[in-house]
Amino acid sequence: MQVNGEFRPLIVAFCCNWCSYAGADLAGTNRLNYPADVKIIRVPCSCRVNPMFVLRAFQRGADGVILCGCHPGDCHYTSGNYFTRRRMTLLFSMLDFMGIERERTRVEWVSAAEGAKFAKTMNEFCEAVAKLGENKRLEDLRCKK
Amino acid sequence: MHRIGVFVCHCGTNIAATVDVKAVAEAVREETGVVFSADYQYMCSEAGQTLVQDTIREQRLTGVVVCSCSPRMHEATFRKAAAKAGLNSYMVEIANIREQCSWIHKDMVSGTEKAIILARAAIAKVMLNTPLTPGKTPVTKRALVIGGGIAGIQTALDIAEAGFDVDIVEKQPTIGGKMTQIDKTFPTLDCASCILTPKMVDCAQNEKIHIYSYSEVESVTGFVGNFTAKIKRKARFVDEKKCTGCGECVEKCPMKKVPNEFNLGLDNRKAIYIPFAQAVPKVATIDANYCLMKKNGKCGLCSKVCGAGAINYDQQDEIIEEKYGAIVAATGYNPIKIDKFDEFAYSQSPDVITSLELERLMNAAGPSNGTLVRPSYLSKQDDHEAHPKTIVFVQCVGSRSTECRKGSKEYCSKICCMYTAKHAMLIREKYPDTDVYVFYIDVRTPGKLFDEFYRRAVEQYGVHYIKGMVGKVSPRADGKLDVQGSDLISNEQLHVTADLVVLATAIEPDKTARSIGTMLTASMDTNDFFTEAHPKLRPVESPTAGVFLSGVCQGPKDIPETVTQASACAAKVVGLLVKDELTGNPCVAHSDELMCNGCSACEKVCPYGAITYSDKEFRQPDRTVAIRRVASVNPAVCQGCGACTVACPSGAMDLNGFSNSQIMAEVDAVCR
Ligand code: FES
Repeated sequence: MQVNGEFRPLIVAFCCNWCSYAGADLAGTNRLNYPADVKIIRVPCSCRVNPMFVLRAFQRGADGVILCGCHPGDCHYTSGNYFTRRRMTLLFSMLDFMGIERERTRVEWVSAAEGAKFAKTMNEFCEAVAKLGENKRLEDLRCKK
Repeated sequence: MHRIGVFVCHCGTNIAATVDVKAVAEAVREETGVVFSADYQYMCSEAGQTLVQDTIREQRLTGVVVCSCSPRMHEATFRKAAAKAGLNSYMVEIANIREQCSWIHKDMVSGTEKAIILARAAIAKVMLNTPLTPGKTPVTKRALVIGGGIAGIQTALDIAEAGFDVDIVEKQPTIGGKMTQIDKTFPTLDCASCILTPKMVDCAQNEKIHIYSYSEVESVTGFVGNFTAKIKRKARFVDEKKCTGCGECVEKCPMKKVPNEFNLGLDNRKAIYIPFAQAVPKVATIDANYCLMKKNGKCGLCSKVCGAGAINYDQQDEIIEEKYGAIVAATGYNPIKIDKFDEFAYSQSPDVITSLELERLMNAAGPSNGTLVRPSYLSKQDDHEAHPKTIVFVQCVGSRSTECRKGSKEYCSKICCMYTAKHAMLIREKYPDTDVYVFYIDVRTPGKLFDEFYRRAVEQYGVHYIKGMVGKVSPRADGKLDVQGSDLISNEQLHVTADLVVLATAIEPDKTARSIGTMLTASMDTNDFFTEAHPKLRPVESPTAGVFLSGVCQGPKDIPETVTQASACAAKVVGLLVKDELTGNPCVAHSDELMCNGCSACEKVCPYGAITYSDKEFRQPDRTVAIRRVASVNPAVCQGCGACTVACPSGAMDLNGFSNSQIMAEVDAVCR
């Protein structure tokens, strides 16, 4: 998306309810800044994120997708984030093969106490995706109104 | 037809300062399905909630979106408000435009724009919401404690104290566990039996507590609040109700050569036995492997002398079934087997012993009546060689080991440093002419009065602590032991001629822990310790609802820590049992039977064992009936993580409240 002649990426962030969503809340409570490009979608656990959701986001024109979950071993449901890690490793390498650069996808562990880490991660991620420019590979023009 | 109402909160200036709330309310009115939108100063206030409720009634809303602070703050508030106005509480969604929007962004334009997008996503989601009702299940007000050691005893006593029935299942003939074998406890040096046996008696006398000794849990089915357990009462060939524990039978039994497991095989017991004087229940047990009557049908002496007529050679194992609301795992530990550690010559010399064996040797009720003798001289205690003059303690045998030798453990067994200091101190106190060496890697003594205790051993009692490991113990022809070790501080090789070598063996979860864990679908770590629901915040619960953890089965612990955890565990159990019924979380997974192909993918990823399979009949298009294996989710057990929904290859699994279509709709709305 172009805003005032400057490219602004569209970032979809899936955050697990127990750690990362709370971490994002904490970033807000501490009034930390990160770009408004990031739109957070709440899921119960990072393992709820179906690879389909990630593909759908890219299809609909997202420029980057990031998944945030509890640190390994801290998942509220004990093992969910291990599934996430494996599933996304596979998915991301497939996406890479299809031409969606590695920098556009990311899994990050953010605890409920790591508001600062959440903001930092989002800033870095936005910057990296902004550098790459628009996602043209997977965007499905039929979805554009 | 959807009739959605959107309520945008100013939150004073918290939101209104960076988000043009009026513009948001304006913009969402254009969305399909939205019939009403408004903004208000404080939506969570009494007046704000009334606004929501009135609108629900007046506008006959089918869904509500509140654009406000984080759902972690006020989702519950608005759900309750909606329910009061007659709308199902799960038809409410929150768009987080404070923590994740207005507080983050400085500039009004981008803030407002983002708030509109977040509101749209919530609207898209709420259109796909379905009314949900939390299920209710009744709670059986009875607890099962598996394991009758100090952990199980304390948990049972505390639960009984709160007025609930508790059953203790113990596989040994008596409760008491490892603590009964221990002589003194650190750091107070009081006698273990003196503090434990009164608790055992309390258990026996408490009307609320039922002890199934010499019994094992065979199977567990059900879920939180509603478990059914099958308990096998092993035949002890003695009628528990009739036996008075007089010990006449034990006296007369001719079969004397049975290794006494209570004294770790250091002496012998009879084929009919009572493990120790204070056993609870104090009932004799016949060891069928040695009993002459059981083996070749000749003898029957015990039955002749038993005045109570309690002996019954034909007794059979008995299975009983009982219902429970909560189950506590208190399965405890064992020292590891160290026959694989050849360098310490444990199998070659009787004078190389484990610390637990030393406990028995120092105990007044032990094989040597409390005199410290070398095990090789147990039968000739008067010999002047019997008393060991030089004793070497070896720390960390099998603990903290990075080599993958069979039986060795990566973790620290936690209790060894302290009990070795205790042993060394007690020996120096009673036999000041004895030289005591302790080889250690590190001395770890965190705990109240622990370090003081260890320093006393070194400073006051002159125990020689040597930082380094023992490389080899070689038995000599004259019965002494050559100990070769290294002193890492002076960087020297050391040779000590010892009379007794004591190995501080690692401890490991009891062998039965794994099978019990599987039975309870409680998760365990690679060392077979039970995993807690949360390592910091829920340390006494298993992730499996209704299963609680007490004592060493969760990780190495000393007695005070075990008792603390046992009581904490009881508090959690009581918290569950006081409830008459449990309200479930309706946001759980469910499977579409028509789509399910019974592949088991979901079952494998479920951390709670909530998914089961059954054969069901389905009508085929050609009117024949086919039987297919399909998955079903137990909503009382499912915690709603959604792992199964992603694992399911056919898309049969979905999660209430976070369904595939709901999340997809959110993605679409965000990317529009
Ligand atoms: S709950 Fe946070 S990753 Fe599972």
